[in-house]
Amino acid sequence: MLTLLNGMGWVALLCLGAWAPAAADEPLKIGFVSTFSGNAGVLGQHMYDGFMLGVDHAGGKLGGLATDILKLDDQFKPDVGLKLTRELVEREKANFIVGFVFSNVLLAAAKPALDSHTFIISGNAGPADFAGARCSPYFFSASYQNDFNDEGAGIYYTNKGYKRVYLLAPNYVTGRDALAGFKRTYKGEIAGELYTKLDQVDYSAELTQLRAARPDAAYVFFPGGFGINFIKQFYQAGLRSEIPVLSKATVDMTNLPAQGDAAVGSKEVTHWNWDLDNPANRRFVGDFVKKYNYTPSIFSESSYDVAQLIDSAVRDVKGNLSDKDALRKALETAQIQSPRGSFRFNSNHFPIHANYVIEAVKKSDGTLTLVTEQKLRDEAGDSFVSQCAMK
Amino acid sequence: MDWALLAIQFLNGLQLGTMLFLMSAGLTLVLGIMNFVNLAHGAFYMLGAYIAATAYRASGSFWLAGMVAVPATFLIGVAVDRFCLRRLYDRDHLAQVLGTFGLLMFFNELVRVIWGPAAIFAAVPTSLESAVELLPGMPFPLYRLVILLVGLLTGVVLYLVIAHTRLGMRVRAGASDRVMTASMGLNVTLLSTFVFGAGAALAGLAGYMASPMVAVQSGMGDPILIMTLVVIVIGGIGSIRGALLASLLVGITDTLGRVYLPVMLGAAFTPAVSNALSPAITSMLTYLIMAAILAFRPQGLLAARTG
Repeated sequence: MLTLLNGMGWVALLCLGAWAPAAADEPLKIGFVSTFSGNAGVLGQHMYDGFMLGVDHAGGKLGGLATDILKLDDQFKPDVGLKLTRELVEREKANFIVGFVFSNVLLAAAKPALDSHTFIISGNAGPADFAGARCSPYFFSASYQNDFNDEGAGIYYTNKGYKRVYLLAPNYVTGRDALAGFKRTYKGEIAGELYTKLDQVDYSAELTQLRAARPDAAYVFFPGGFGINFIKQFYQAGLRSEIPVLSKATVDMTNLPAQGDAAVGSKEVTHWNWDLDNPANRRFVGDFVKKYNYTPSIFSESSYDVAQLIDSAVRDVKGNLSDKDALRKALETAQIQSPRGSFRFNSNHFPIHANYVIEAVKKSDGTLTLVTEQKLRDEAGDSFVSQCAMK
Repeated sequence: MDWALLAIQFLNGLQLGTMLFLMSAGLTLVLGIMNFVNLAHGAFYMLGAYIAATAYRASGSFWLAGMVAVPATFLIGVAVDRFCLRRLYDRDHLAQVLGTFGLLMFFNELVRVIWGPAAIFAAVPTSLESAVELLPGMPFPLYRLVILLVGLLTGVVLYLVIAHTRLGMRVRAGASDRVMTASMGLNVTLLSTFVFGAGAALAGLAGYMASPMVAVQSGMGDPILIMTLVVIVIGGIGSIRGALLASLLVGITDTLGRVYLPVMLGAAFTPAVSNALSPAITSMLTYLIMAAILAFRPQGLLAARTG
């Protein structure tokens, strides 16, 4: 079924390629590669909706050029992502490739684009490789470096004076990176560290160990469905009143409705929240809710900024897309009204921005929401910038 | 060694085991009795969870949700059997695997169409939300105890029905010799449909019981289906008692392995090595048991006497 649909998508893509008019009045061509099918398809949709709101806010024409957007599904598969970027570069001659939820897909898919000097602006995935040793003049991240929030969590717990912290994450590269990021900034003792299996849905054993270790607090990373399982079972085990829990990408706007009351009191580290009080954010959240009828997530916000970045840079070079150096400089120095408040690029093309701790609370009408508790860091970059020799 | 902690972890393993048993009982019945490989079993688990969560939300009664979800999955099972799978009974196992795998994907897409791609909300009823202090300082969630009891009770009932009732006798007869049973004047096709529906209802029951604890989302049946297949191979295909024994064995091994392997390896290796090694070994543990069973006792721990 999925393969068939994907096959149809391909036929459509090939046709578009074959029928594309000769470059008379060259439109701006953007490939939006993200995960739209499967359970992670929600994330791709949040991103695409955010991006399209950004396009709307630019009057439907990014940088004043007719904008042609190809929405493509990577199916959460690195090989499919690679095929799509290759196609976008070789056949479509795309000017920008954006999207990318998952780091493993991005890492596999980026090469054809970067080798051919096609710009990638990631709307979520921010692997350490691209922030450090493998940084590229043609790669930009509008979201955050993967470890950014883990490091923020370490700082938060150190500031709180927690002496012993228990760590939990699924056993795969992002899970391991998350806990490593936490340990980079946390000054106290690690009371225990457990990695769960990727096909695991029951966390009773880990929760029992967590309770028995009697830590001051817990830091966990359980993205997507893992986060729903974990937060529900954590609450059911009666741990909510015993052990404070902080997480990243676990209690977010995509998971919160399914977690329900079990999430109340859970804290999350992030670079943006819907309730940040600045004019750009009020406009973004207001228009987003009006257009799509749900509260935007970090996925939507980052992709909204991707659209703004393209708009700003293309405007800056007056629509001359062939001068890649000028376009790159325009991106590096882009001034955008980001809903995060402040946003600028570091020398490794990853953002310098603020870091927040937010909390899940129940509103008086019984619905759940995420409320900003405090600003943790202002104008912070990532830990890998020193390893990046931008050529 | 902290014995109280070990006891609680053992109980956790037992509870995971009973959950697996609810799934494997249905699958082993269909595979052992009808000689039919049913990968769509995971879909019935998912449907049970979705229907229960929706009914719970609409009615506010968790018990009513179960009374809706279990019969509904029975009826879906019967319909699937009559309209799709009947044609596959006389085909080889490959055709059955392909056919039922297709059904699994169909249902995964169907729930996305009906309920949307995001996970839906399902909670433990407030009356079962508390924890019981079984050992001092070691509270155990009441809801998990309920699952444990429901699982064990289901096992007893199934055993009694199959071993000691007329219906059970017919099911066993149909399993031993389909043609002979049919020639004795029994409607074996109807019997098969009933068994298939009962298997689906058991999966639906498992999904209903699991829904408050896990993410109710498309594809939620896939990982538990794999564990279930491991369980029925270990237990002996077609054997309810084997399924119970193997479920508990797998549940306890998996749980204790997840917790104590890192500790044991931590004593032998540096933290970096043991942290890398233990999740890898834990993931393999249940499969290692299955491989050993296949090598030394291919009929399973308690081979079915009928099939």
